[in-house]
Amino acid sequence: MTLPLGLPDLPFHLRIDGLAGFFLLLLGSVSAGITLYAAGFFREETAARLTLITLQYHVFLASMAMVLLADDAYLFMVAWETMALSSYFLVTTDHRLPAIRSAGFLYLLIAHLGAIAILLCFGVMHGGHGDYTFSALRTAELTPVWASVAFLLAFFGFGAKAGMIPLHAWLPEAHPAAPSPVSALMSGIMIKTAIYGMVRVIYDLIGGVRWEWGILVLVIGAGTTLFGVLYALMQHDLKRLLAYHSVENIGIILLGLGMSMVFIGFGQTAAGALGLIAALYHTLNHAVFKALLFLGAGSILHDSGLRNLNDMGGLIRRMPNTAFYFLIGALAISALPPLNGFVSEWLTFQTALQAPLIDHGVVRSILPLFAATLALAGALTAMCFVKVYGIAFLGQTRNAPAEAGARAAHDCGAAERFGMAWLAAGCFFLGLFPAAFLLMLNRVCEALLGSGLPETALVSNWLWLVPTAPAQASYSAVIFLLVILAVTLVTFFLVRRFYHGRVRLAAPWDCGFPAQTSRMQDTADAFGQPIRHVFGPLYRMRRILPGPDDARPRYELEIEDRHWYWIYLPVARLAGWISAKVALLQQGRISIYLLYSFVTLIALLIFVR
Amino acid sequence: MDNAPGFAFQILQSVFVVLAAPLVMGWVNQCRARLQNRSAPSLWLPYYTLAKLFHKDAVIARDASPLFRITPYILFGCMWLAAGIVPVLATGLPFAPAADVIALVGVFALARVFAALAAMDIGTSFGGLGARREMLIGFLAEPAMLMTMFTAAFISGSTQLTTIVDTLAHREFAIYPSLAFAGLAFLMVLLAENARIPIDNPATHLELTMIHEAMILEYSARHLALIEWAVAIKLFAYMTIGFALFVPWGIAEAGDWAALPLAFAALAFKLAVAGAGLALIETVLAKMRLLLAPEFLSTAFLLAVLGMLIHFLVSG
Amino acid sequence: MSLASQLVNLLAALLLLIAFAMLSQRRILTLIHLFAWQGAALAAATFIVAYSTGQDHLYFSAVLTVVLKVILIPWVLHRLIDLLNIRWDVETLINIPTTMLLGIGLAIFAFALAAPISQMADTLTRSTLGIALASVLLSFLMMIVRRKAVPQVIGFLAMENGLFLAATSATYGMPLVVELGVALDVLVGTFIFGIFFFHIREQFDSLDIRHMEKLKED
Repeated sequence: MTLPLGLPDLPFHLRIDGLAGFFLLLLGSVSAGITLYAAGFFREETAARLTLITLQYHVFLASMAMVLLADDAYLFMVAWETMALSSYFLVTTDHRLPAIRSAGFLYLLIAHLGAIAILLCFGVMHGGHGDYTFSALRTAELTPVWASVAFLLAFFGFGAKAGMIPLHAWLPEAHPAAPSPVSALMSGIMIKTAIYGMVRVIYDLIGGVRWEWGILVLVIGAGTTLFGVLYALMQHDLKRLLAYHSVENIGIILLGLGMSMVFIGFGQTAAGALGLIAALYHTLNHAVFKALLFLGAGSILHDSGLRNLNDMGGLIRRMPNTAFYFLIGALAISALPPLNGFVSEWLTFQTALQAPLIDHGVVRSILPLFAATLALAGALTAMCFVKVYGIAFLGQTRNAPAEAGARAAHDCGAAERFGMAWLAAGCFFLGLFPAAFLLMLNRVCEALLGSGLPETALVSNWLWLVPTAPAQASYSAVIFLLVILAVTLVTFFLVRRFYHGRVRLAAPWDCGFPAQTSRMQDTADAFGQPIRHVFGPLYRMRRILPGPDDARPRYELEIEDRHWYWIYLPVARLAGWISAKVALLQQGRISIYLLYSFVTLIALLIFVR
Repeated sequence: MDNAPGFAFQILQSVFVVLAAPLVMGWVNQCRARLQNRSAPSLWLPYYTLAKLFHKDAVIARDASPLFRITPYILFGCMWLAAGIVPVLATGLPFAPAADVIALVGVFALARVFAALAAMDIGTSFGGLGARREMLIGFLAEPAMLMTMFTAAFISGSTQLTTIVDTLAHREFAIYPSLAFAGLAFLMVLLAENARIPIDNPATHLELTMIHEAMILEYSARHLALIEWAVAIKLFAYMTIGFALFVPWGIAEAGDWAALPLAFAALAFKLAVAGAGLALIETVLAKMRLLLAPEFLSTAFLLAVLGMLIHFLVSG
Repeated sequence: MSLASQLVNLLAALLLLIAFAMLSQRRILTLIHLFAWQGAALAAATFIVAYSTGQDHLYFSAVLTVVLKVILIPWVLHRLIDLLNIRWDVETLINIPTTMLLGIGLAIFAFALAAPISQMADTLTRSTLGIALASVLLSFLMMIVRRKAVPQVIGFLAMENGLFLAATSATYGMPLVVELGVALDVLVGTFIFGIFFFHIREQFDSLDIRHMEKLKED
């Protein structure tokens, strides 16, 4: 469909195909839950701010939809930039705080760098003839060298928006700075549009996927995954922790994409389709459970004023609804059956197990190693969320400032509850009935790659999920859930029937030491201590340890991202140096400026004769 | 239903595993006592313990949340599910395709997460200590277990335990060096996940040395009984997974009643040997420092990865 | 694959396993035992290759390996550490999980390198070439990361084990003269190392090799 908007001779083209439809489904369903929540969340804002926030919010949603619908490069870039700008304004809603302003600045900077790369990529694909519609770009022939250049530009351009290393630094700054529904939108949906862009450009527009690209994607994906989860384990700010987990999950999506590219590069389209399906399914799953987690964190922040995990504790008693929904989100992100996170990780593992199909000896052996990093990351995520849930909701209340704190907490309102319930139901639905989505994504793959999963996989129905062949692998979440629930209930009733259900309440076991206080529980940093011990060299840590002679002993821990020192600060220094040199041009005297104009005029007259 | 014999086998196996698990625990304890030159407790002691615990009143901390009270049932349910999936007595059970080896690892992870959350629920330092240490062990043991499974999956071309058992049992006798590496890694993971020496001492009463016991310190009566039972089923399940992957001979097919006595006999023999072997390992080794446990487990992880690589080298 | 070649594969894998185990061991006594077991595995593999291919000179190499690497050299090393009174190694230069990771990386590299060569050879044991190469590299790594001198020597000897396995797998052993020469070199080398250890210990009162850095001119 063509809209007569935009510049003359460059109208907007819109198109929905399978891939765009799937992402629109993601956008719609997740934003429905988030918007419901936001209706309750922003209730106490002043009218002026509320109008502004609503305007920016809806422009953001509309621009994301436009990105997905765009069928030519021009509309794509316009919508992309609108998305970045509207989200910048949303992030800096509380712009009075300097920390939030600098977070917004970093976000906008890296978003623009990514946009430049994407623009260059479109330029490379265009090749100087034809117009900029996607159908023209699709049919343009590219030599392998230029195709690789386009791939690299697209990968790093979209990767900057997705939050893969080394261009991730904006994510842990911007997501905590934004209000919680906005963080949920950004983490849940916006970074997925970057994945949409990658899949669209690399699979559809460039075509001819090579396996070397897949190896690069796999390596960066594995690094992103491990980096994200290891840094997440060290955080005690709840929203920053969730932001790092978004980085990790983008890494997992990249692992699926990379495996898919490797298989396609070697001509194994069935396994490649499985990898693509795994990656896209994880995109949807992550959107749902990450939005749920951010909304839960928003409830905690909003209703109890607490942001630092070290101050929380025992919130399950004050906020039982939030606790319940957050538990579902935490179980989903830890990839535990029968919820949805497990299904997409399972599919990624099944893709890796197709490795014997590849001819190349080295590639065949290292593909399972990436599955090993995925396994490691999954286990670390579970550890992190045990920490988060245990410290925030369970246990006793830790010391908190008197005006905020769990004592003053109240549970979330109705709108917020509905929003979170919608997303939690989504987690269950996606986890229990994955076959429907598998078949849906199979059609997407058939459109993109020309062929999808093998015939034997199509026996998947509401009960069984079969990715390749029933003898090879199958999974049924429904049976899982039913058996566990049935056994739980039957055991409960049998024990009551044959024995009794008497309970006595008492104080917890204190090992004979009567002066137990709530300060004796683990703090967030304490829970992460084993990881600091094992993975020490990967962090840039600064610790102040208490000494035996201190009158007031204190312990301080500061962890910084190494990428600042490796990449960002050197690049910033270089940019500063270059601009200092260029600033020499600005002499301040009018005669010099007139001299510049004069020289340019003479030069033009000489060369453009 | 045309698969009635299959369902009969399924129910028989699940009930059998649940009832027999404490017996295996009793056997291991008996072997250990004999090796340590003590007089051995009765073989049926775990059953008496469970019965005693069920009779007691449950003492629960005042601030415990519903999560604390529901966790023992969930743990028991997870282990029940695992018992139904692993081909203990027979392959081709109706529920077996519901979960392959990866999902099996996921079930154990689910149980571990719930146990850790319940440990943190009370708000004492011991709960946090137990949860933190359990997750430390878990985060390395789970990938090592997965890599071991992957090696077996690559050899047999499938992740369904049924198919793995069928392939390995019915193939002509062949020595797979990769399975040797994977077997060693699996043994190390079994010791870690089931809280045996050298990772954790199941008989300790010193809170600061506990990992698994610290998590269940607050539980009493029927909750504790269910958790102890679940631990016994977990050990049983791990042992039978090991048999399925490495010594799969003697397992019947679902519906084949004639092969059932042989399956029982083979299983009893394997369990007796495995239990005695476990007791021997626990007696010979000493519990290692907690901070060396990650080294132990990363060795297991790397051995499993190495096994996978050797498979590709030798077969390719 | 025939039974013989499967057994050889298994023993080669055992060799690699022992090389990894040596990489992560701290106790020097256990290192010596592991080295003896590695020699035994090597000898067994050589016996099997000799039996199934009928190359008689391999029997002789196998016996030589048993005598030298399973009995004589471990005994010499035992006496050495008794006289020098050392039992434990201090921490290695880089911590053990990182060493193991490096080891895995080297193993992958060795396997990748050996893959095309294995396809060209047509011996019974060609798939063990990658394993042999990996053992050599791992022993080299062990020599680099250790701080005391005795584990470095054991690494050197283990490297020779790997080379021997490589020779057996690719070309059914080296010419007998070469083998005898290598064996003699190894034996003499061990004695000379022993003498060196005493000198080092007298000079520095310890066998920590970092002390030898003091010898450089500043």
